[in-house]
Amino acid sequence: MYPQDQHYTKQHEWVRVAGDAGIVGITDYAQQQLGDIVYVDLPRVGAKVEQGKVMGSVESVKAVSDIYAPVSGEVAETNEALAASPEKLNESPHEGGWLVKIRLSVPDEIQGLLSAADYEKYVAEEETGH
Amino acid sequence: MVDFGGWHMPVEYSGILGEHAAVRTAVGLFDVSHMGEIEIRGAEAGALADHVTTNSAGKLKTGQAQYSALLYEHGGFVDDILVHKISSEHYFLCVNASNQEKDYRHLADSNRFQAAAELTSDRYTQLAVQGPLALATLQKLTDAGLDAIRYYHFIDHSIAGVRALIARTGYTGEDGFEIYFAPEHSERLWNAILDAGQEFGIKPCGLGARNTLRLEAGMALYGHEIHASITPFEAGLGWIVKMEKGEFIGRAALARQKEQGIARKLIGFEMTGRGIGRDDYEVFLEGVPAGWVTSGGPSPTLKRNIGMCYLPADKAAAGQRIEIVVRNQPVEAVTRTMPFYKRTIS
Repeated sequence: MYPQDQHYTKQHEWVRVAGDAGIVGITDYAQQQLGDIVYVDLPRVGAKVEQGKVMGSVESVKAVSDIYAPVSGEVAETNEALAASPEKLNESPHEGGWLVKIRLSVPDEIQGLLSAADYEKYVAEEETGH
Repeated sequence: MVDFGGWHMPVEYSGILGEHAAVRTAVGLFDVSHMGEIEIRGAEAGALADHVTTNSAGKLKTGQAQYSALLYEHGGFVDDILVHKISSEHYFLCVNASNQEKDYRHLADSNRFQAAAELTSDRYTQLAVQGPLALATLQKLTDAGLDAIRYYHFIDHSIAGVRALIARTGYTGEDGFEIYFAPEHSERLWNAILDAGQEFGIKPCGLGARNTLRLEAGMALYGHEIHASITPFEAGLGWIVKMEKGEFIGRAALARQKEQGIARKLIGFEMTGRGIGRDDYEVFLEGVPAGWVTSGGPSPTLKRNIGMCYLPADKAAAGQRIEIVVRNQPVEAVTRTMPFYKRTIS
């Protein structure tokens, strides 16, 4: 079950809108696929990110994976705890393991993202698809 | 699950870090049935084994195993293998899954001896039990004194009621055993070992932990550190080449290389900058492309990012500053000797 108050992408990121900003993370499905996460590379505060473009990466023991910005805007805050404790991404992907807070430059982008129910359906299809 | 040479193999069961730690501190169980087996039988079985391998197969004692290589005439690797001498007329080879057909053909094509090579992979399941408590775990299942089996030796004995070849070998840098037996007993022995190891915290381990463990131990993986264009001298495996034993396939090329010197050499590295050097990443030396990463990733034991790479031989010494191109960004690293991890013998 994915949190209802978050919006999702097919690249397995989520956004929770808080005022004029969006808090961004990767989904529980993504962390499960990656396995033990050991390293997170995030954009700097002040960096401009664009929806659908790579904004960072997350590395597990076995693989490296890009993180795509689910929304456009300016990075207002990053989750500094992840540098020392990347395992938070495995333990709490939708809460304590959030990645960045982005000040939304195109708030309407949110409308184009998936709902929790649609994302869940999408993941189920991905899992049975291969 | 990943498709690995036609086998469905779990990369991990409960998590690579936990599985890795179980092997370093307690015991882990690996299903490595994908590995291939080739058996050589006949009056001149030893002579064929000696002819096709680099190490001194001919000097093996009954019940002894050795790490060795099959080479092409040009000196590159066909495969790296384990050779077990069951008797003077019977040698048992454990080979890499994806190479078994090629290895078998290589042996058959080189066979001018009174011996027959046979690909017998279908007749064996292989389980690896690895870690400081591997011995204690398996000892509960057999009346054979396992501690009497020395490193790189084996016995043919019953374990949990299953007749098996029990070898004190492994691919993790820990003490442990590799067990070969008939596939119909797979589930029974797997479960018996898990039950026996439960009190020690045994964990089933997948390919992911197998890879991080062997990387820390500085062990080569075919297709990464070694392949058809790499020789044992380049891979730091000169110790499995016995030039003095006489003729073997690849010897002439190795003799030439020994005379001329090697152009590149495998060396370990540790990241000093932020980033993880991974397989196939490019290595720069003073801003110029100079080599490539063969295997790299986080070391769960050392909590550092480590790897192995090829560099020009004259630069492949410990303490050399290099840069690894991590997703288009050069990141600083320093070369170091291997293994990265060595167990303390208690």
